[in-house]
Amino acid sequence: MASIRTQFEIPGKMKTWSLGLIGVGLVALIFGLVTKGFSSDEHEQVHFWGTLMYNTIFWTLVCNASMFFICVTTLAMGGWQQSFRRIPEAISTLVPIFGSITFAVLLYVVLSDKHHIYHWLDTEAVAKDPILTGKSGFLNAKFFIFWTTLTIGFWSFLGWRMRQLSNEADQAPMDAETGAKFIFRNTVRAALFTVWFALTVGSTVPWLWMMSIDAHWYSTMYSWYTFASSFVSGMSLIALWLIYMKNKGYMELTNQEHLHDVGKFMFAFSIFWTYLWFSQYMLIWYANIPEETVYFKHRVQGPYKGIFFLNLIINFLCPLLILMKRAAKRNYTLVTFMAVLIIFGHWIDFYQMVMGSLSKEHVTLGWLDFGILAFFVGMMIFFVGRALASKPLIPKYHPFLKESVIHQV
Amino acid sequence: MAKKKFVVGCFDDEAVLFPAVKKVRTAGYKIHDVYTPFAVHGLDHAMGLRETSLHTAGFIYGITGTTTALSCISWIFTKDWPLNIGGKPHFALPAWVPITFELTVLFAAVGMVLTFCYLCQLAPFVKKHHFHARATDDLFVMVIECTDKTNAEDLKGFLASNGAVETDIQVAEEGWWLGHYDKDEMRFEAKQTVAA
Repeated sequence: MASIRTQFEIPGKMKTWSLGLIGVGLVALIFGLVTKGFSSDEHEQVHFWGTLMYNTIFWTLVCNASMFFICVTTLAMGGWQQSFRRIPEAISTLVPIFGSITFAVLLYVVLSDKHHIYHWLDTEAVAKDPILTGKSGFLNAKFFIFWTTLTIGFWSFLGWRMRQLSNEADQAPMDAETGAKFIFRNTVRAALFTVWFALTVGSTVPWLWMMSIDAHWYSTMYSWYTFASSFVSGMSLIALWLIYMKNKGYMELTNQEHLHDVGKFMFAFSIFWTYLWFSQYMLIWYANIPEETVYFKHRVQGPYKGIFFLNLIINFLCPLLILMKRAAKRNYTLVTFMAVLIIFGHWIDFYQMVMGSLSKEHVTLGWLDFGILAFFVGMMIFFVGRALASKPLIPKYHPFLKESVIHQV
Repeated sequence: MAKKKFVVGCFDDEAVLFPAVKKVRTAGYKIHDVYTPFAVHGLDHAMGLRETSLHTAGFIYGITGTTTALSCISWIFTKDWPLNIGGKPHFALPAWVPITFELTVLFAAVGMVLTFCYLCQLAPFVKKHHFHARATDDLFVMVIECTDKTNAEDLKGFLASNGAVETDIQVAEEGWWLGHYDKDEMRFEAKQTVAA
């Protein structure tokens, strides 16, 4: 083990880049806040807060997907991810940070009574509307704040418990009995996280945060669709960090075999996302009922047409055709390219999910979106780098580590 | 029916088999095949087998399925027998996607199964020589093809020195045949001649 570099040192360039991106993002944020956020024009306000909403939600869910990845592989008794599991762990340390930002943004939107974003906040209109009255047990400000607090709190807490347990693998060699006990405790904590994840990302949270923008409309596919989107971007993010660390000369125990499996996740969940995209679209298109087609009307035929179909090309056709080959999933350059493309594609997807409902007449994509994206990318690089440097890169006494070292696809 | 002479070495441990495979290959012998009771990871690399092209075949079958479905449905619904279904356009792509998908999967699956059977020479009534019955139980059976220059006795000794628990010379049919296993009797004759 002596020759293996287990301690990550943050390169100066990375710090400069992350701080630069955060700086650019902050400038865009402040400028947007002054010109749009506090402007008297409703459209400008909705534009600003909507942009903040989809960015915060997207990045929180993507980082949370990393912890989900660790938990499901743990539950499946997977061993292959152990040699690089500190990367998803480091990414998941962002959940409390991005979660608080999301919480602050949503809290502001709800407490300042932004009817143009969530029109179920308007109690007078809800009283006159039988559909919204029927949903008011779920869609009301108190429950929204309560459930959002609980969601982000438990994501952070259960993820933190999982990471704490992982630290034990650094301390001392484990004999068979301690090892078995350690694995069992991992399983219990991973199961708790996974159940909470299913209750939130798998169902309620996308309804509450995003689907309720179109309060009359609903789709049973929506949460799964959001989950697939965030999970495939999460896997891409893990792949990007993995390749970055390999490039810097760390992660000697991780090789193409592991990259191949991460690439499989990216490929498979791109197809899964498309399956949900299509199931949601086709049933609504086929039934042709006005209250259902309202969601797709301005997306397929209106100003969002370009983005809507670009989304499908980036997130379905490209992964399908490029990542299908075995050699492509083992090629560092191609996986890097596809990972960036997939993350961008799903960011655009979240954009049209939120802004397509908030700003139906025109596409708002512009400097504000990319500025805030830069802010989150900068934050992500900064905090993940710090988390990676804070502990050994390889859990060297983990009972399953050998399985990862000899992993072969 | 071309009969060939083979030297068979049986191993009872994976850990012995791998170095033996490596040594046999470096010594220049031609490995006919290695029969194992279960799939052994990395054995294909050790034997120097090339990557299978079954997936490329699968892709081509899939594309054929997609093309068949799309061309067939579009011709039927726009040219041959246009129907008005709920006022939807005749060229209604979303409605065709499930069928196109199913046909793609069907073509790819059936095509790949048949190709796989062809490549492995598997079919009903097709028989192949069994080098050792315990290859399906607990033995790893390495079969080496003899050429004119191969000294079979030397090779047997070489295998035994590399950990083979049982070695054997067999003259057997290389490919497949139709009919019964009783045609596969040369194995025992060969054994007798060797013993004599």
